[in-house]
Amino acid sequence: MNDTSANKTFSPAVAEEPYAPPTAHYLGFEYIPAERQLLHSFFSSKLVQGALLILLLLAVCAVFADGIAPVNPLEQTLRSRLRPPIWEERSLSPYYLGTDSLGRDVLSNIIYGLRISLLVGFVSVGISLVIGLTLGLTAGYKRGFWESVIMRAVDVQLSLPLIMIALCFMVIFGQGLGKMILVLAITGWAEYARTVRGTVLSIREKENVEAARALGFGPWTIMVKYLLINAITPVLILSAVQVPRVIILEATLSFLGLGVPVTTPSIGMAIARGYQVLFSGSWWASIFPGLALMLLVACINIVADWLRDALEPRSREQV
Amino acid sequence: MGIYLLRRLYQALLVFFIVSGIVFVILHISGDPLALLMPQDAPPSDIEEMRRSLGLDKPLIVQYGLFLKNAAQGNLGVSYHHGQPALKLVLERLPASLELVVTTILISLILAVPIGVLAASKRGTAIDRASLLGSLIGISAPPFWIGIAFILIFSVELQWLPSSGRGTWAHLVLPATSLALYRLALFIRLIRAGMLDVMTMDFIRTARSKGVSEQKVIYKHALKNTLIPFVTIAGMQMGSLLAGAIVTEKVFAWPGMGRLFLDAIGVMDFPVIIAWTLVTATIFLTVNLAVDILYVWLDPRIRHEK
Repeated sequence: MNDTSANKTFSPAVAEEPYAPPTAHYLGFEYIPAERQLLHSFFSSKLVQGALLILLLLAVCAVFADGIAPVNPLEQTLRSRLRPPIWEERSLSPYYLGTDSLGRDVLSNIIYGLRISLLVGFVSVGISLVIGLTLGLTAGYKRGFWESVIMRAVDVQLSLPLIMIALCFMVIFGQGLGKMILVLAITGWAEYARTVRGTVLSIREKENVEAARALGFGPWTIMVKYLLINAITPVLILSAVQVPRVIILEATLSFLGLGVPVTTPSIGMAIARGYQVLFSGSWWASIFPGLALMLLVACINIVADWLRDALEPRSREQV
Repeated sequence: MGIYLLRRLYQALLVFFIVSGIVFVILHISGDPLALLMPQDAPPSDIEEMRRSLGLDKPLIVQYGLFLKNAAQGNLGVSYHHGQPALKLVLERLPASLELVVTTILISLILAVPIGVLAASKRGTAIDRASLLGSLIGISAPPFWIGIAFILIFSVELQWLPSSGRGTWAHLVLPATSLALYRLALFIRLIRAGMLDVMTMDFIRTARSKGVSEQKVIYKHALKNTLIPFVTIAGMQMGSLLAGAIVTEKVFAWPGMGRLFLDAIGVMDFPVIIAWTLVTATIFLTVNLAVDILYVWLDPRIRHEK
């Protein structure tokens, strides 16, 4: 026994087993080192894998909408008005999920609509991320006057309902895809600024940041290399929650006729058109677009939950 | 504590002031209501006359000053479209909207607390997974689409419940439940996560080791501590519901202030748009302030702080 322990100490190459991280059970949770948590939880959850696969498929559909959609989503054919889905009587061949009251193909409208949903969701969250990150970093690093200006603005914005801000801005600016992306970006920046500032405040006095400052690194290096790096996790988690929220908000505004213009196929507008023919029994025109939107949002939510649980296992659920 | 509340009150007033200013100024430079108000072939002199009578010929800053002065007296202007005071129009519709919002909140709270507690206490079982899946669907579906689906099922197919209008309890069922679904799902997730978090804390282990029954641990010790932070989010949801109910009011032809607002947008009825925005913001800010006070009162650690 003494021999083996001596062996281990003096020639580590002869170790019998490769290093395995210690596993411990605490209240039913298996302990996994932080750096492996993301991948571990990904491979252990079929739900997350499925959600990512569907998201990928939907994204591919959205990108190659021109090739995949059976017909032009804006094409109106009077002959094929209010046709039911393909498995029912009276259906017409290329319209797999039926047509709306103007003879537009529901499936094609969904495919093009998802493209708009994804575009609006990711681009506007991206813009609010950049704005919020910059302002939050400035507020947390510079402190003083600009911090109080920025944080007062954040307080004002967060003390009003999101949908009210979006509605008022859309009323003011009018319809349009670009305007909509911008408005939704404006409604989202405040939470980023607050999150990033909070993170920066919690680490700006830490020893490694002090040391970097003492070594003469400039503010840019410190901000990017020390503060920004630490803000990535909370910002990533926040984004995963913001994207589905913005997508639903876009659909809501478009449903009300305050979002994208009529010539842009969007899910919200497709549901609105379906709503008009609801009582004539044409259920497909409103139900299918909604189901597609729900699928997209649910998949993003699953991924968001996974990211949060894996990156911040002890965090309380943030909404 | 008193200073904290004063600061919150001051902040709420500031927000109110800023909102009124922004909405007023931007609305007035973004479009000309007279173009919609007057007939196409109206002579220019008539248009000028109308502009003067509405006070729209004065400089913007003067208009805003007048607006503030009148607003302080509860006068937010006369609706261009209805010819009645805008604030009165909005307040007349307020009870209908409040009825919808309060019912929605009650439905979601009454269902969410037991479901969330049950899911957390039976973590990992079929019940837990079913509640997670259900709440995932709930937070992923747009409420207005849920409303449309409900109309299809319960009004068009089964013909059990009316699809539009207000009056009896039956009219309230579909709008309130379709609006409640998202909050219900959100609350279930929050309560479940909060319970799971609290259940790992030391005082729960202490209670258990003292021999307190599991029922009592869950309902007395854990739930109480879960509900304190939950109050904040539930309260904020209630405020935002008032604005979010617009879409549901449209789907179910519910005669609330949201529909008034949507109609006002269509005809650029500035006074009504402003009145709606200010009333909604006021209620939202008041509810949030009340929630803050409640939170301080509920949590003894904050209550006893200086």
